[in-house]
Amino acid sequence: MSEQSAPGADGSGRPSGRLLEVDGLRVEFRTRDGVAKVINGVTYHVDAGETLAVLGESGSGKSVTAQTIMGILDTPPGFVTGGQVRFHGKDMLKMSAEQRRRIRGEGIAMIFQDSLSALNPVFTVGFQIAEQFRIRRGLSRSDAKKRAIEMLDQVKIPNAKGRYSNYPHQFSGGMRQRAMIAMSLALDPEVLIADEPTTALDVTVQAQIMDLLGELQRERQMGMILITHDLGVVADVADRIAVMYAGRIVEEADVYDLYAKPAHPYTLGLLNSIPRMDEKGQELRTIKGLPPNLMNIPPGCAFNPRCPMAQPVCREKVPPLLQLGRGRASACHFAEELVNRD
Amino acid sequence: MGRYLLRRLLQLVPVFIGTTFLIYWLVWSVPGDPFAGKCGDRGCPPNYRAMMTEKYHLDDSIWVQYASYMKNLFQGDFGITFGGREISDIIATSYPNTLKLAVVALAIEAIIGLGAGVLTGLRRNGFLDNLVLISTLFLIALPVFVIGFVLQWLLGVKWGIVNPTVSNEMRFSELIVPGFVLGSASMAYIARVARTSIAENRRADYVRTAIAKGLPMRRVVGVHLLRNSLIPVVTLLGTDLGALMGGAIVTEGIFGINGIGRQVLRAIVTKESATVVGIVVVLVLVYLVMNLLVDLLYAALDPRIRYE
Repeated sequence: MSEQSAPGADGSGRPSGRLLEVDGLRVEFRTRDGVAKVINGVTYHVDAGETLAVLGESGSGKSVTAQTIMGILDTPPGFVTGGQVRFHGKDMLKMSAEQRRRIRGEGIAMIFQDSLSALNPVFTVGFQIAEQFRIRRGLSRSDAKKRAIEMLDQVKIPNAKGRYSNYPHQFSGGMRQRAMIAMSLALDPEVLIADEPTTALDVTVQAQIMDLLGELQRERQMGMILITHDLGVVADVADRIAVMYAGRIVEEADVYDLYAKPAHPYTLGLLNSIPRMDEKGQELRTIKGLPPNLMNIPPGCAFNPRCPMAQPVCREKVPPLLQLGRGRASACHFAEELVNRD
Repeated sequence: MGRYLLRRLLQLVPVFIGTTFLIYWLVWSVPGDPFAGKCGDRGCPPNYRAMMTEKYHLDDSIWVQYASYMKNLFQGDFGITFGGREISDIIATSYPNTLKLAVVALAIEAIIGLGAGVLTGLRRNGFLDNLVLISTLFLIALPVFVIGFVLQWLLGVKWGIVNPTVSNEMRFSELIVPGFVLGSASMAYIARVARTSIAENRRADYVRTAIAKGLPMRRVVGVHLLRNSLIPVVTLLGTDLGALMGGAIVTEGIFGINGIGRQVLRAIVTKESATVVGIVVVLVLVYLVMNLLVDLLYAALDPRIRYE
């Protein structure tokens, strides 16, 4: 799409030396009630050794983008209608099912939100990790078991050997998510997609899991895509943040820039809605209105009905994602004014 | 696990006593003289009457009758028919035949029913799915004797592919058609349960995880999906063996198989109460044991079920 010109994407489809690039991706869900345009030209990339946080509320399309990258989009109802997902410069959407399968786990791996339902309830945790060594690497049962125990050890599960033969329901939530991480890292992936890895956990455990993820990412120099709706979670771990709204990237920036000077009113609204100690007792600030109906996205800027800065132009023209320099981009007609105001 | 097993075995005792007593009571309470018509037109001679009356305690209350019957039963004595034949002998010749038939039926159910269920559950709304839905509806709606006679006539008489009846050797090849007839309704149910179960679990998160791990599709389906989807199917299959054995009367009749269905029917008609009770008691045992096995298998398939 012509309005897509986020960093790293030149729209030409030429390999650009990036590890993983999503370029102008479009996905729609065809349901009985109509067509929901879930992803409307998403472009982002992640390189080795960096963490990109994809931020957005439910329904913004952040998880669907991840599922499309992994090739686990439910089709039907989901259909990719445009764009590319390039891994080492090659468009995965054009690959055969078998080529894509080989990338899963080894090239790109994924951690899911709810580890209780994401792990198979009838197999031991150890089996589910060892399985990858056996099936993908052709190791014997005993070697695979050894490697699986090593993995459990790496994610700091105490008594890894004893825990090997426990079932998922015998783990606590935090331990289970650790096991999930061990499983996803088993084949040494180059990119790790973590889809809301801490949402289902207690706050104290959330921090531990985020620390562990950050540590493993640095150690292994992986590219990591961290999908979350929680601004508080990303600050310590992420290098860059891409904010999604109604299936588009509305702002992309380095973590510090984004927190210091958001260049999109939606990001500003998100930052303002974080509860603060010095405002204790006051009403929480929220973004007014509801996320748009994806079957009927408002014309112009999708955020305009909720935007405190909305002008007539916002209802007519879709604001393109424009570079603002220093690796940041914003899809707002008034991005310059937002950044330059004081 | 051991304690659970012991408790379950102990639970079987009252169930066994309760069911066998009910059967015993019902069968021996049929009104009329038990000796009527047993010895031709003349009536039974007094010494024979006296002997049988004493053997089955016919002058005592039902409790005494039942108690003495059970006492003999636990010593391996099923009693004798009014004609003097050992009932254990009848059971020994007829039970294996019915068991063979039921096992063949069960195997056909499991293979065809499960196969159809898995295939249609993975690809819903396709041609095969519609075909299976319609054909299972047919099998469920048609009474067994219709399916039995139609297949016997078509395959056995008109086309001559198989023998219309089963010989005394009970060869496996002869049992395929009767087994199919006997298991047809259950097979249809199994196909439908398996289809629903597979379709439900197909969208489960853990299946998505298995795919995301880069496992080949046949392993995702054959290991991760199947193991979870099998749980309801196993219950159905396990409890069905008893039902198949008890429900084989019609099939055995059509294909001339000398099984318990036939024997029970004959015993009821001729008021051979001891034979009826003997055969049914063994059937009750089969039911109870199969139910226990299913519960144990359940735990093996689903580790979330823990027996304390």
